[in-house]
Amino acid sequence: MFDHISMQLLLGQLLIGLINGSFYAMLSLGLAIIFGLIHVVNFAHGAQYMLGAFVALLLLNHLGIPYWGALIIAPVVVGAFGLLMEQTILKPLRHLDHLYSLLATFAAVLIIEGLMRLEFGSTGLPYASPLPGGVNLGFMFLPYYRGWVVIFSLVVCIATWLLIEKTKLGAYLRAANERPEIVESFGINVPRMMSLTYAFGVGLAGLGGVLAAPIYQVSPSMGSNLMIVIFAVVVIGGMGSILGAILTGYLIGIVEGLTKVFYPEASNLAIFVIMIVALILRPNGLFSSPESSR
Amino acid sequence: MTEPLLKVQNLEAWYGESKALHGMNFDVQPGELVTLIGRNGAGKSTTLRSIMGIVGKRTGSIRFDGAELIGKRTFQIARTGIAYCPEERAIFSSLNVAENLTLPPVLKAGGIADAELLRQFPNLQRRLKSQGTKLSGGEQQMLAIARILRTGARFLLLDEPSEGLAPVVVKEIGEQIRQLKSQGFTILLVEQNLSFARKVADRHVVVENGKVVDTLTNSALEADMARVKTYLGV
Ligand SMILES: Nc1ncnc2c1ncn2[C@@H]1O[C@H](COP(=O)(O)OP(=O)(O)OP(=O)(O)O)[C@@H](O)[C@H]1O
Ligand SMILES: [Mg+2]
Repeated sequence: MFDHISMQLLLGQLLIGLINGSFYAMLSLGLAIIFGLIHVVNFAHGAQYMLGAFVALLLLNHLGIPYWGALIIAPVVVGAFGLLMEQTILKPLRHLDHLYSLLATFAAVLIIEGLMRLEFGSTGLPYASPLPGGVNLGFMFLPYYRGWVVIFSLVVCIATWLLIEKTKLGAYLRAANERPEIVESFGINVPRMMSLTYAFGVGLAGLGGVLAAPIYQVSPSMGSNLMIVIFAVVVIGGMGSILGAILTGYLIGIVEGLTKVFYPEASNLAIFVIMIVALILRPNGLFSSPESSR
Repeated sequence: MTEPLLKVQNLEAWYGESKALHGMNFDVQPGELVTLIGRNGAGKSTTLRSIMGIVGKRTGSIRFDGAELIGKRTFQIARTGIAYCPEERAIFSSLNVAENLTLPPVLKAGGIADAELLRQFPNLQRRLKSQGTKLSGGEQQMLAIARILRTGARFLLLDEPSEGLAPVVVKEIGEQIRQLKSQGFTILLVEQNLSFARKVADRHVVVENGKVVDTLTNSALEADMARVKTYLGV
């Protein structure tokens, strides 16, 4: 049945899956940090990713700042925007049910995307690759830039995971997730730490947007399309599980790539089938430990 | 009499709409060990939580070391030199024992160094890599007390450290607390276990329905055990 499938196609799709998976992993990582540590379901994550791409584009077109500068500046700008959002719309909702902050971030998406569409229209805008050219791997032509995306996002994911699992700051965050008032009674400004955590997660989304700009078209709706997949990844990995989000991100990218080889018609469905099966078999997520499923 | 380290006046506190403290008045002298005793639900824990700023709303006055704490936020109160060990111990399950122990930051000079803490609480030494909540109740209590000693706070709020522990462990905790007092810590201790309380305390403040109804020195407690027992309903 599969004898018409060439090795070339298989490896090619695997690589594309890995590239998509890099974006899934980075974005769901930010989403999982925000949900896991401050209990906000950040619906605006996709819009913030889109803002990252636009900031990179504007930096280039108006200030002549190239990609490599944008890679540092855009996440900071988007993170600062996240902080502003947190202070204005999320902070007043902090002590209410999580549903309120979810709805608030959802409203933010509609406003942000609407404003961006008014200003920039809905057609995609190109962003030239900072690393033109590529290398022939035999089974496919790999643009250098996509190779960079895979490596860079892997580094970002690992560094973030280490930050949360292995550092003192990470210990504060994990403890504050359990008993914020006790951590605050140790003299730590927990509310400010929470705000900065949100900004950090949003900054990661912005970073993803910069990475995406040279690959996908920069457009106001680029985040919405991705958001559905990202949410599925976070649910499959275990809401709030950092490692689960990273691993599931790559896994889903690869599975999606492979379905394109074996059963192309189902490639868009595969993620959701996995989500349903995962939810039935492991309702707390594939990578949730017993303690993080509280 | 010297200036009290802590002076609580007309303290009222609320959980949402319901009022838990109805005008508490008491003070604690430097170096003193004072207990809050009283029945379940009297408002002992709420008093400690109010000092620490972890109740919904509080009014009145809490003066500590010359500064007013009402209006300050919890982390600011901690930085004035107060440390709090809650009734439920609050050992973090996502951290191991070593991480739990060193979580509170050093805020001022005068805290106990980590190596010294482990000498003072030898049970923890062997379990440093264990998950915090895998410890026995007594070990968790030791950990909960030990970790607040490194911040440099010289005033400790301890909420029922003897609760739910075997007599031999209670005795051990009692020795630890006496040692802390001899190290110069000022301690406000919530305690229902009278035989424990009288072995460590200088003075007892009796709380009933969110108010102070009596204050006794330790010797008065010994002399008038019958009266105190009616307060506690035992
Ligand atoms: N989180 C809370 N929300 C609402 N009411 C509370 C809360 N905590 C305590 N209360 C109420 O406040 C009053 C005082 O409770 P508190 O915990 O201070 O008593 P306590 O003296 O420490 O009792 P115990 O000896 O049982 O620990 C009680 O009526 C209690 O029901
Ligand atoms: Mg209590």
